[in-house]
Amino acid sequence: MSKILIRGAKVLGGEPQDVLIEGETIAGVGTGLSAEGAEVVDAEGKVLLPGLVDLHTHLREPGREDSETVLTGTRAAASGGYTAVFAMANTFPVADTAGVVEQVWRLGREHGYCDVQPVGAVTVGLEGQKLAELGAMHESAAGVTVFSDDGKCVDDAVIMRRALEYVKAFGGVVAQHAQEPRLTEGAQMNEGVVSAELGLGGWPAVAEESIIARDVLLAEHVGSRVHICHLSTAGSVEIVRWAKSRGIDVTAEVTPHHLLLTDELVRSYNPVYKVNPPLRTERDVTALREALADGTIDIVATDHAPHPHEDKDCEWAAAAMGMVGLETALSVVQETMVDTGLLDWAGVADRMSFKPARIGRATGHGRPLAAGEPANLTLVDTAYRGPVNPAGFASRSRNTPYEGRELPGRVTHTWLRGKATLVDGKLA
Amino acid sequence: MQRHLISAADLTRDDAVLILDTAEEMARVADRPIKKLPTLRGRTVVNLFFEDSTRTRISFEAAEKRLSADVINFSAKGSSVSKGESLKDTAQTLEAMGVDAVVIRHGASGAPYTLANSGWIDAAVINAGDGTHQHPTQALLDAFTMRRRLVGRDVGLGRDLAGKRITIVGDVLHSRVARSNVDLLHTLGAEVTLVAPPTLLPVGIGSWPCEVSYDLDSTLPKADAVMMLRVQRERMNAAFFPTEREYARRYGLDADRMAKMPADAIVMHPGPMVRGMEITAEVADSDRCTAIEQVANGVSIRMAVLYLLLGGNEPAVGQARPSVSQQPSDRRPAHTVSTDEEK
Repeated sequence: MSKILIRGAKVLGGEPQDVLIEGETIAGVGTGLSAEGAEVVDAEGKVLLPGLVDLHTHLREPGREDSETVLTGTRAAASGGYTAVFAMANTFPVADTAGVVEQVWRLGREHGYCDVQPVGAVTVGLEGQKLAELGAMHESAAGVTVFSDDGKCVDDAVIMRRALEYVKAFGGVVAQHAQEPRLTEGAQMNEGVVSAELGLGGWPAVAEESIIARDVLLAEHVGSRVHICHLSTAGSVEIVRWAKSRGIDVTAEVTPHHLLLTDELVRSYNPVYKVNPPLRTERDVTALREALADGTIDIVATDHAPHPHEDKDCEWAAAAMGMVGLETALSVVQETMVDTGLLDWAGVADRMSFKPARIGRATGHGRPLAAGEPANLTLVDTAYRGPVNPAGFASRSRNTPYEGRELPGRVTHTWLRGKATLVDGKLA
Repeated sequence: MQRHLISAADLTRDDAVLILDTAEEMARVADRPIKKLPTLRGRTVVNLFFEDSTRTRISFEAAEKRLSADVINFSAKGSSVSKGESLKDTAQTLEAMGVDAVVIRHGASGAPYTLANSGWIDAAVINAGDGTHQHPTQALLDAFTMRRRLVGRDVGLGRDLAGKRITIVGDVLHSRVARSNVDLLHTLGAEVTLVAPPTLLPVGIGSWPCEVSYDLDSTLPKADAVMMLRVQRERMNAAFFPTEREYARRYGLDADRMAKMPADAIVMHPGPMVRGMEITAEVADSDRCTAIEQVANGVSIRMAVLYLLLGGNEPAVGQARPSVSQQPSDRRPAHTVSTDEEK
């Protein structure tokens, strides 16, 4: 059995400790552990986290292999410190049957860089009309527990209600892409001061907030849990906070880019800043950071959305929405949450591993760093600071809004069940 | 304003006044038997129109031809993407054929900005209207018309529109004309009031350098110029207003309303007018309406912009292109144009 001794790592940012991996499992955590027969990784000064879990990734396979595949996407995930990603259902064909979700799940297993947990579509073809075979997807080898029409909103209140109710039978959760479709027809960016000047179609905050308000009330009414994808406005935070105070079983995610960037960037008309939901205002960014710190927002999820170059090298209106995020997420969270004093590293582990694993029922992930637990681990050089270089991405796509921006933190090692997927910043 | 003209907001007061003064010189050319200058001889300008706009395209074309430029008209109606050819490819293809300037009209806000700033091409870019963003030459021709009428043709040279009160009425939300005018008129010292039903004003308008009113009648007595924007009938299908009649009743300019304006105040319209909607035929055809004058002025303004951006007044085989932002000595006073004509 292979043995790896991670020496002197600040476990969850705490005091330096050694962590011994034997085979697929953490064998021990403590000081002065014996290195006998073990490969030693010097982790002095670095922070050891549980392997990160992304509840919101677009791997694009099947259908858009020109932008990402399960292989390139999971390599990007390993580079970013992730050991499990939830692959969204808006592929071609849509992941709305057991066959498609099993294929995606199996590809993840075969490549071995990162566990891939497919998300099943809520409705057939993401069309919002007819429930997909949610139970069949759950019972498949993929064991789907998270269902989402992400990219589109389940806007029909009755369909949403039924989905929320139906998945209770097997402990599933519906992850809502909150976007009232009529209020966002032709929408190109956040509706406000900047959109008024630029003459770009406005995407009002209320289009997100009204759906969240409706869905938390639906969840309360039918006694289901509901998850809100990529929450982006201060008003959404208030609604989720209110719902939680009422005891409603709601969880919410925020993307790294909504923690850092604002709609002022759209003045450049550079489509790299075009994303759904759109970049909002400084006030929203502040509210999102505070909400992530106080737990109103449960998790960080990347909404990693790869697009080929030509879909971003064009005029704003013609450009695709989305940004890649797996390889920069932890750095952005360090920049916006840790280095600002809003969250410590234990808090980061909670928001980026423990809680997303719990929401998605990802067994074996988001576990404590303790003997007997699966060795899913991420080692971070938090003292590093440097410019983002998309040319070095493992992702097939380069549509990052951070090109050239200096960000802190660099993942140096990732272990998936004891197997190194990233060593000294290089994919194994 | 450097090598391109993308937004009226990019113009300084001095830039704008220089363009207006140059346009006055250009206007004199139109009064001559032979309406042509050799200024842009050997330069190629492409009119790249992704949206139908016969008026604007013809106006630019007339300006280009009067300056002796070689003109290519490229009409790519509809979405370039739906045709499978991107804006980038189209622009690069045209530049490869040796184009010095691209006059672009595009349905997507920001397309001219992207064309000018993406590194795709080196040619000068002139925005002939992008989405609901900007239409800077329209704002310039409007300001030119206002200065002539409200300040004076000769007296106005070198002057701006300080203290003039301009009311702009109509579909501000969807109007690049309104945005461009607010920016430019503010730069020129005018006081602007926008009037529209609340549905046709953008959220976020509070940060614009102008006043906003929902009531037309109260703004008319103090207006030096009232600019009526075109209102498309289809807007009522999207619930921006209930009916054409109600819109006309509340926001249309008829003879009764025009009578409330000061005696020397003018009525402006960028065209095409929807008679019976935002303006009655009686007002449109009155002496106070400058719509036709604006069209004529549009050619002069576009000549001035092309001349200043492309460094006109040089020999056909030119040196560096002077730009509006360069030193006054480089700015080739417009009157030298007339000597050029003799060559």
